[in-house]
Amino acid sequence: MKYIDEYRNSALAQHIAAAIRNAASPARIYRFMEFCGGHTHAIARYGLPDLLPGNVHMIHGPGCPVCVLPIGRIDMAIELALRHHAIVCTYADTLRVPASDGRSLLRARAQGGDVRMVYAVDDALRIAREHPDRAVVFFAIGFETTTPPTAVAILQAAAENLHNFSVLCCHVLTPAAIAAILDAPAGEAPQGVPLDGFVGPAHVSTVIGSEPYAAFARAYRKPVVIAGFEPLDLMQAILMLVQQVNEGRAEVENEFMRAVTPSGNRKAQALMAQVFELRERFEWRGLGEIPHSALRIRDAYAAFDAERRFELGYRSVADNRACECGAILRGLKRPIDCKLFGTVCTPETPMGSCMVSSEGACAAHYTYGRHKDAQASAA
Amino acid sequence: MSGQVKAGYARALDIRRGRVDLSHGGGGRAMVQLVRELFARHLGNTWLEQGNDGTVLPPISGRLVLTTDSHVVAPLFFPGGDIGSLAVHGTVNDLAVMGARPLWLTAGFILEEGFPLGDLDRIAASMARACAAAGVLLVAGDTKVVEHGKGDGVFITTTGVGEAHPHCTLSGSAARPGDVVLLSGTLGDHGMAIMSQRENLGFDTPIESDSAALHGLTAQLMACAGADIRLMRDPTRGGLAATMNEIADQSGVGVLLDEAAIPLRPEVAAACELLGLDPLNVANEGKLVLVCAEQAATALLATMRAHPLGRAAARIGGITTDANHFVQMRTQLGGCRMVDWLSGEQLPRIC
Repeated sequence: MKYIDEYRNSALAQHIAAAIRNAASPARIYRFMEFCGGHTHAIARYGLPDLLPGNVHMIHGPGCPVCVLPIGRIDMAIELALRHHAIVCTYADTLRVPASDGRSLLRARAQGGDVRMVYAVDDALRIAREHPDRAVVFFAIGFETTTPPTAVAILQAAAENLHNFSVLCCHVLTPAAIAAILDAPAGEAPQGVPLDGFVGPAHVSTVIGSEPYAAFARAYRKPVVIAGFEPLDLMQAILMLVQQVNEGRAEVENEFMRAVTPSGNRKAQALMAQVFELRERFEWRGLGEIPHSALRIRDAYAAFDAERRFELGYRSVADNRACECGAILRGLKRPIDCKLFGTVCTPETPMGSCMVSSEGACAAHYTYGRHKDAQASAA
Repeated sequence: MSGQVKAGYARALDIRRGRVDLSHGGGGRAMVQLVRELFARHLGNTWLEQGNDGTVLPPISGRLVLTTDSHVVAPLFFPGGDIGSLAVHGTVNDLAVMGARPLWLTAGFILEEGFPLGDLDRIAASMARACAAAGVLLVAGDTKVVEHGKGDGVFITTTGVGEAHPHCTLSGSAARPGDVVLLSGTLGDHGMAIMSQRENLGFDTPIESDSAALHGLTAQLMACAGADIRLMRDPTRGGLAATMNEIADQSGVGVLLDEAAIPLRPEVAAACELLGLDPLNVANEGKLVLVCAEQAATALLATMRAHPLGRAAARIGGITTDANHFVQMRTQLGGCRMVDWLSGEQLPRIC
């Protein structure tokens, strides 16, 4: 596959791995958080930890939009399907996310709710056109990557007077979440979150650019390297982070120059600003409420806002008390440190946010990395 | 036959324009007409035409192998096959990988009211061709009709009877550390062919299902080194990942696969990338996994490659000692990761 195989070249990977080994000082430990679930998945799927020296640790962050979707928001989508009899259109991986009382959108479908999997918001618009007598709601989740298409869909629905279409907006923002991790409550991390830098998500940065990270790289003294999702992208980003740490720098660097610019996609940003505004607060599963971390639909497009149209109230629902997702998402604990991991909490029966999506930290470790735990306990 | 008035029937079955209705499953004249004019026209043989509640079959000298499988697929017609040929291949392959020679099949059809008789005719014709190619006879059948909206067009359950190879000791529990894992060809062709049609993805290069009967290939493999073959499996639903985990569990061993050695068509790899799917989890309908003793691996691989259904065969890994029965894979980059069972249905990722 042209433009993919080049970034999975084994010889090049070994070459970068050797460079990381040479650069990493044996006298210290390097802890880097890959914010995005796509990175977590790639690291696990390609077995990258085996290529890194023992003192370079990758820590999985909260950048999986499915994982951080709070239970109360899934409850709202289920209510739309079952109580308001709307056609709820959703990306596939939200279907299985556990809601309250053992429910999920898949189970709502089994109970007679009209829940449909779509690949893009365009599909939801098409369904709305095909069913003018039914309310069609697009369950919009994701970071800055999936937000512009939702904005375009709302503008399109307004232009077409597609009054049966609306959006349950759950779009969240990356920089706010990174700041929230670094601002972890003192009780959880008395000496601060033990992170030396971040691998920044490339897809998000194709929209927002690399500039939004500059302020907190400076303020928190944490280097950020924006990286693509291929294994060589990640290896190169890790090398760049090691070099920044060694040199005492804390800058935003861009490994993904083939698609990311400092200012990002201005047109996409303008569309987002036209349709959405910041929410005062938004609950993240596993992280709690984070101020100014999510988007809501502006008053001008209230007719397409499912929350207002159906007068949906939000009710916060707590995760299992034994769940350690909050600490895992902040890099304070590993999946194996959670009592629920691999026992009551598995990909088939996820209890906490990190096990919900295949890109969550616990799901990735369970699926791709359990053999490491077995090797460690045998040793 | 359409439009022609036949003795005993008011009007011949209108296969071109007609549709299945509830009377076709009601046990009356309409059902008999459907069976005779549509199914028997394609699939008829002396056994089926006995017309009794069961079929009396001749004795065989060897051990019987019996298997059954239900087939639900959407769309019913896909590049490289349809539900009819799939229903035959699926059951023939279940017999073949048991080291058996397929002999007879039965088929149960659940039809949805309103289903076009023309499509049913195509499906029956396709089954007939698949049966002829596999050297099996359909010896009994059943038809039921469910109300519109309560089915998905056609569901087919096929049961197969075969005769075990005289020296066959194949078993899922027979894999031993040091054994070799062979795969007969590229992974994921069937699953991605189905998905590309279902999701209207419209790839430039159409992906064809690998749906095929494997009995000829397995017979040659048994003849080549039957005593050294521990087991064979066709990695259908759940793909290679599920198959290898089944083997690891049943045999109480570990498996180490080599990602670089696993054959994959570029178009399937690209489609999996696009949808965020792992080809190891994607279904196949014309591939087999074989675990054998090391000393027979080279000869068996050569036998596979000499067969039209095994040209892209490869040695993809080996059996290890592992108390946890993990399936692991050496990645192309030199790392190692687990290959786990699929959790639920494989669904595309959001971004």
